[in-house]
Amino acid sequence: MKKNKIVERAVHGVFLILGLLTLGCVLLITVYLIISGIPAIKEIGLFDFLFGTRWASTAEEPSYGILPFILTSIYGTAGAIVIGVPIGFFSAVYLSKFAAPKIKGFMENAVSLLAGIPSVVYGLVGMLVLVPGIRTLFDIPDGASLAAAIIVLAIMILPSIIKVSMTALEAVPKEYEDASLALGATPVETCFRVSVPAAKSGIAAAVVLGVGRAIGEAMAVMMVSGNVPNMPSLFQSVRFLTTAVASEMSYSSGLQQQALFSIALVLFLFIMLINAVLNFFLKKENC
Amino acid sequence: MSDIMTAKDLNLWYDKTHALKNVNITIPEKSITAFIGPSGCGKSTFLKTLNRMNDLIPIVKITGEVCYNGQNIYDSSVDVNELRREIGMVFQKPNPFPMSIYDNIAYGPRTHGIKSKVKLDEIVEQSLRDAAIWDEVKDRLKKNALGMSGGQQQRLCIARALAVKPKILLMDEPTSALDPISTSRIEELAIELKKSYTIVIVTHNMQQAVRISDNTAFFLLGELIEYGETEKLFSQPTDKRTEDYITGRFG
Ligand SMILES: Nc1ncnc2c1ncn2[C@@H]1O[C@H](COP(=O)(O)OP(=O)(O)O)[C@@H](O)[C@H]1O
Ligand SMILES: [Mg+2]
Repeated sequence: MKKNKIVERAVHGVFLILGLLTLGCVLLITVYLIISGIPAIKEIGLFDFLFGTRWASTAEEPSYGILPFILTSIYGTAGAIVIGVPIGFFSAVYLSKFAAPKIKGFMENAVSLLAGIPSVVYGLVGMLVLVPGIRTLFDIPDGASLAAAIIVLAIMILPSIIKVSMTALEAVPKEYEDASLALGATPVETCFRVSVPAAKSGIAAAVVLGVGRAIGEAMAVMMVSGNVPNMPSLFQSVRFLTTAVASEMSYSSGLQQQALFSIALVLFLFIMLINAVLNFFLKKENC
Repeated sequence: MSDIMTAKDLNLWYDKTHALKNVNITIPEKSITAFIGPSGCGKSTFLKTLNRMNDLIPIVKITGEVCYNGQNIYDSSVDVNELRREIGMVFQKPNPFPMSIYDNIAYGPRTHGIKSKVKLDEIVEQSLRDAAIWDEVKDRLKKNALGMSGGQQQRLCIARALAVKPKILLMDEPTSALDPISTSRIEELAIELKKSYTIVIVTHNMQQAVRISDNTAFFLLGELIEYGETEKLFSQPTDKRTEDYITGRFG
């Protein structure tokens, strides 16, 4: 009896320590980012930093405006959502409600595989197929562009959108669907008027998760977007918040390096915001 | 009283399980027909063959006929959705949609193409009145239906089924999840509804069959053992197995 209690306590303690370790990591990163991100913003000025349209960190007279990155990240994510959400949503509807078991099993495996592909591979395929494709199709000098990044991102967010939406759709009680069918509604009507509304917060969570993935992606977009700090335009080379940090960090110093930390801080705030929205939807799901 | 539904030599298999064996039955219009029998004897299965809800289970195989208004409902020319509109169903567990009371009732009519607000308001009120729940909910039609008590939810489900103007109402143990007071309200409601509708009710509760039904069918292991006027079936059963069941010797 007594021994049991001691073991119980010990296990409890171990779990607590592990939990605190995770929390500690999060806190450490947060504090570190804030501390190292603030100085550059102070020196450059918040307004000039966030809304400056020119990024020229290595010029004679350097300029540190990150609006091009912010807008590129927003447009890129929005574009990926516009393309990826309808495809992912309808795939999820099909797989969870209409597909024959064999097709469903096969497709689920394919989606899992898609989720497991490293982002550098997405980037590579994008570089070799998408970029030249866009160049010839639209007859522009360089295919590495926002458009290419949007397409790659749209494909990359598909697995999370499909899986999370499917989970939500499959959790809809069968009783609701039976009731609808028994009233003479067709399976398609039942799906879109009962199942989808009942799963709506889960589907919203899937979209937000997709947003999070898209905005945080660096490697693949770096490889297909040309990585030039232009103000975003669909068929021009662009640079994202993530790739802005990644591409200069290795050789930066002084204010330039501090500014990169500030970019990371901005990115971090975006992610926090997205997480808050996600939590909101998940909470709604549970009640 | 004329007949509204007839099953002829109906057999049903779940894969290899022979769940209904040569069922023959004729259900008269505007009356209450009760199905009784021990758990697993095929009552729900048979009830679901009457509005083809079994179609949704891929492993089901059916032979024989179910005639409704002289037509075999398993004929390939039959529009299943129209059939289910005419033959409504109330389930064992109350299953209102997770939406407002109003939208629950309006769901069926909207599905069948009614858009006019005035018309929908009228149908909603009439259906709720017919299901004897109007007075309880008229002030909170916009509230979520899941906030109602179990008994209210079940009457809401009956109202929802009535809203598409069915001819027949199939009920699968509609009171088994309810308290005695809610149960007696549903029983009163069923008796009231048989003036305009044909009701087929599965019940686990023999007293309920006696209280409300005109005819009773006794099922055992997928077979229809005995079928006749309720009073006669319970007072002078012709089959030994029926007698054993109603006297509580098994089941
Ligand atoms: N979806 C199903 N798949 C396979 N077998 C089923 C299914 N539904 C019912 N059965 C079987 O059919 C028989 C009759 O079941 P059911 O009609 O539910 O009985 P009751 O409603 O009289 O309790 C049982 O043996 C049950 O196990
Ligand atoms: Mg049953």
